Amino acid sequence: MAIHKGRGFACINYPIGMNLGGDPAQALVHSTPDGKFMVALSAIDLGQGMKSVTRQIASETLGVPVEDVYVDTADSDTGPHDMGSFASRGTHRVGNAVIRASAEARKQMMEAAAEELEVNAADLDTDGKGNIHVKGAPSRSITVADTAMAAQFKQGRTLSGRGIFLIPPSEADAETGEMTPVTCFAHAALVIDLEVDDETGEVTVTQINSAYEVGRALNPRLVEQQLIGGAWMGVSHALYETTEPYYPDRSHGPTDFNTYLMPGPGQIVPHHIAVLERPAEDAPFGGKGPGEMCANPVLPAIANAIYNAVGVRCDRLPITPEKVLRGLQANGGAKPQGLR
Amino acid sequence: MTSVEFRKDIFADERDDTLKEIGKPTIRQDILGHVTGRTRYFDDHLFDGLLHMRAVRSPHHHARIRRIDTDAAGRMPGVRRVVTARDVPVNLNTLLSLINFGRDDEPLCAHDKVRYLGETVAWIIADTERQARDAVAAVRVEYELLPHVLDVEEALKPGAPVVNEVYPNNTFDYHDKYDHQKLRFGDVNAGFARADHIVEAEYQMSPIEQAPIETCGAIAAPEQNGRFVCHTNTQALFFSLGTTAKLLNIASSRLHFIGGTAGGGFGGKVDSIVEPTAVLGAMLTGKPVKFAWDRYEEMQVGAPRGGERWRIKDGVMRDGRIVARQFTGFFDSGAYMRLSPYAIIKGTGHLPGPYSIPNVSSNVYCVVTNRTPATAMRGFGITAVDFSIECHMDRVAEVVGMNPIDLRILNAYRDGDMKAHRRRAKNTALIECCQVAAGKADWAISPDSAAASSLRGGGVGERGEIPETVTDDEGRVGERRAGRTADTAPATRGTGRIAAGQASAAVGAVPVQNPDMEIEVERIGHRIAAAQGAPAAAPRATAPGTATPPRADTPAYAPPPAYAPPPAAPPASAAPPPPGSYQPDQPFSRGVNRPGTSRFLSGTRRR
Repeated sequence: MAIHKGRGFACINYPIGMNLGGDPAQALVHSTPDGKFMVALSAIDLGQGMKSVTRQIASETLGVPVEDVYVDTADSDTGPHDMGSFASRGTHRVGNAVIRASAEARKQMMEAAAEELEVNAADLDTDGKGNIHVKGAPSRSITVADTAMAAQFKQGRTLSGRGIFLIPPSEADAETGEMTPVTCFAHAALVIDLEVDDETGEVTVTQINSAYEVGRALNPRLVEQQLIGGAWMGVSHALYETTEPYYPDRSHGPTDFNTYLMPGPGQIVPHHIAVLERPAEDAPFGGKGPGEMCANPVLPAIANAIYNAVGVRCDRLPITPEKVLRGLQANGGAKPQGLR
Repeated sequence: MTSVEFRKDIFADERDDTLKEIGKPTIRQDILGHVTGRTRYFDDHLFDGLLHMRAVRSPHHHARIRRIDTDAAGRMPGVRRVVTARDVPVNLNTLLSLINFGRDDEPLCAHDKVRYLGETVAWIIADTERQARDAVAAVRVEYELLPHVLDVEEALKPGAPVVNEVYPNNTFDYHDKYDHQKLRFGDVNAGFARADHIVEAEYQMSPIEQAPIETCGAIAAPEQNGRFVCHTNTQALFFSLGTTAKLLNIASSRLHFIGGTAGGGFGGKVDSIVEPTAVLGAMLTGKPVKFAWDRYEEMQVGAPRGGERWRIKDGVMRDGRIVARQFTGFFDSGAYMRLSPYAIIKGTGHLPGPYSIPNVSSNVYCVVTNRTPATAMRGFGITAVDFSIECHMDRVAEVVGMNPIDLRILNAYRDGDMKAHRRRAKNTALIECCQVAAGKADWAISPDSAAASSLRGGGVGERGEIPETVTDDEGRVGERRAGRTADTAPATRGTGRIAAGQASAAVGAVPVQNPDMEIEVERIGHRIAAAQGAPAAAPRATAPGTATPPRADTPAYAPPPAYAPPPAAPPASAAPPPPGSYQPDQPFSRGVNRPGTSRFLSGTRRR
């Protein structure tokens, strides 16, 4: 009876956005009288940071401080249409809609500022700190707040914008499956280190080393949160979770968190992450959605590491101690496959 | 314990890292509310006289409903209303009817028969949740048991019970033609014939629960002017609104949906069951009504990520090159379709994984069983097939005696490669991820693997071409049930051929409707092609029936130019950027416990 160490690898790519398109998102942006910007959406913040990432995208596009942007979502009376938060579409689809709405609002803002400064709008730039200045002449400037006041009360101009982003719906071919599934893909590769107890069948993941390619980390902290949470979810799915332990038999189904097993926060595996950024052409500032894809490579990497540790192929999820023990029994004991 | 590094050195020439706000670790707009318990979730919208709605659920997998006796329940204390299928104005829907996909196949409330354990057969609306639960227990339903089927491959057999009459073959009908979605690229059987090794295995994933902290729920109340407000934790506000309008047959303008903040979703809050139910309750009683799942319902009645079974067969050369890969997949959709048929097309577009394989075929079945309907979950349509593919890659590595990472880099897709769904790969980064992960883990890889790049070697020769493809017409709708087709794997004999090079145009984003809506190219932060959405491959019409298309039909892949102007001295440092400069205007004080106030009582709950 012994503890066997194993190491496994997996790599994946992941489609960003609803398959075959047809999933529009809209955004509306307008300024308050003193130059703060409201972004109205119908996107849902599930905890992934939808409100924050769209706020940062609006701030970057408008060229105003992020503190001066507020995202209001989701009220069907005021927020324009959006398909919803699923299919890794939030950042890509909603983010692009917010860029478009913010770009239009910025255009109005620059024209209003140009009128106040008596220059050509094309000669103006924002400093991201709440000022609009003549390119190359920072002293000739006006604040965003004064611009908004002038636009609203003097010029009779709205600083507002609308945006929609749509990849038009397309079909899959019946005979060949030909299709344009999505326009961008995220990537990941990951190494799992774990231990298998050949007496209990228990698997303990000890370390994860990973690389995730996310297009651009629009907010590095939100990316980090997704990757750590996603790896936890992958470990949980691989080793613990199911609503039907004897699928397709429906018996013994868990009904609460006493019987639906998951690792606790104290069992989050030490995880060393590298984030790669290869911007996608049609994604907002190149950013792909890291949320969904990051759990996927964990599952096969764990199965591969278990095989490396004890020589048992675990092809059925979740990989419970019972399955590991039955595999060991069928093999006549542990057969370590060698150090990697 | 955990470390994060941002490898800004990789793909540095494709990025402008001088953006002002993008890339900053700005604190979340909503986080203070979340961590101090002040964020308003759907359940924080208290209404005077809020009524509670609970469902009566089927105890059987499959049964005909003979009679529902609600008399005793209706007389129980606090009961305001008993609701049955007769009260639902349009009691048949499919979630994706909003985008014209699939047939209406699912009632909000069962009426003729129940098709899964836990299906709704009636509801009780009462003053308190306790009273509603007691009355639910007092509803008597007479059932006539029917044979049921729970295994996807059993359900495909000619004698299997018909679960859902809308899909009488227990399968989704793809393109009104086949009982599965096909993928055909090249000739897998010829690939198997020339391969040195054949590697086959079967993989399976059991259903799992999305397990959000907050279960699915909605509170609906009559507003003025005949409108209804609905506070919901849906993941898709307008899906839920549109579904409610359809099922209840009311104008969408009479619905005011408020959400946007959910206590976790992970795909489990897309199905739009609780919203129409709560609004129905509000319509029938004229009072505010809450309908939410308890944990049991969330886990056993609310849709899980469905079970999937995949079989993979690979043809592999001695040097590790995979020359043919074949899939047979089964999605367990449960009693109704919801999103599973759509996920199968997504999964099919994903095959054969992130690898460049010249011959690929696949048959994937969306199978109806007497099980809780499946729905979306993180990685929907992809998670199980990635599990299968990546376990299989290790099997292949063992057979050919290769380092599993070297095997993957050898077969990895690169910019310009032709994918099995007949579109060119671009913006790929699998090889770099493999190299970096291997490096972090000190897992040695070969010099060739270390020198490989997603930017080089793709689209060359066979890698960039669409091969002549063998097709077949096996698995037409109804054939299997009639006993004329038994095999579920892609056909071993073709009945047709499509000439090499055949592909229609790729689909890209719709351009802006007004030039003002386009952000200036120099502020986008990365390079961008002149014409987005331009066709990636030649139109199908150009070479029908031609064995070899003119070279011009598939232009040779040319790598895109580097981003210009290049960023001023991108930091080669791997360290994450410094923490953000966010400072609240005022010291945060709302979370302070005030004398005489329960710390567990949020501001929105106090009345």
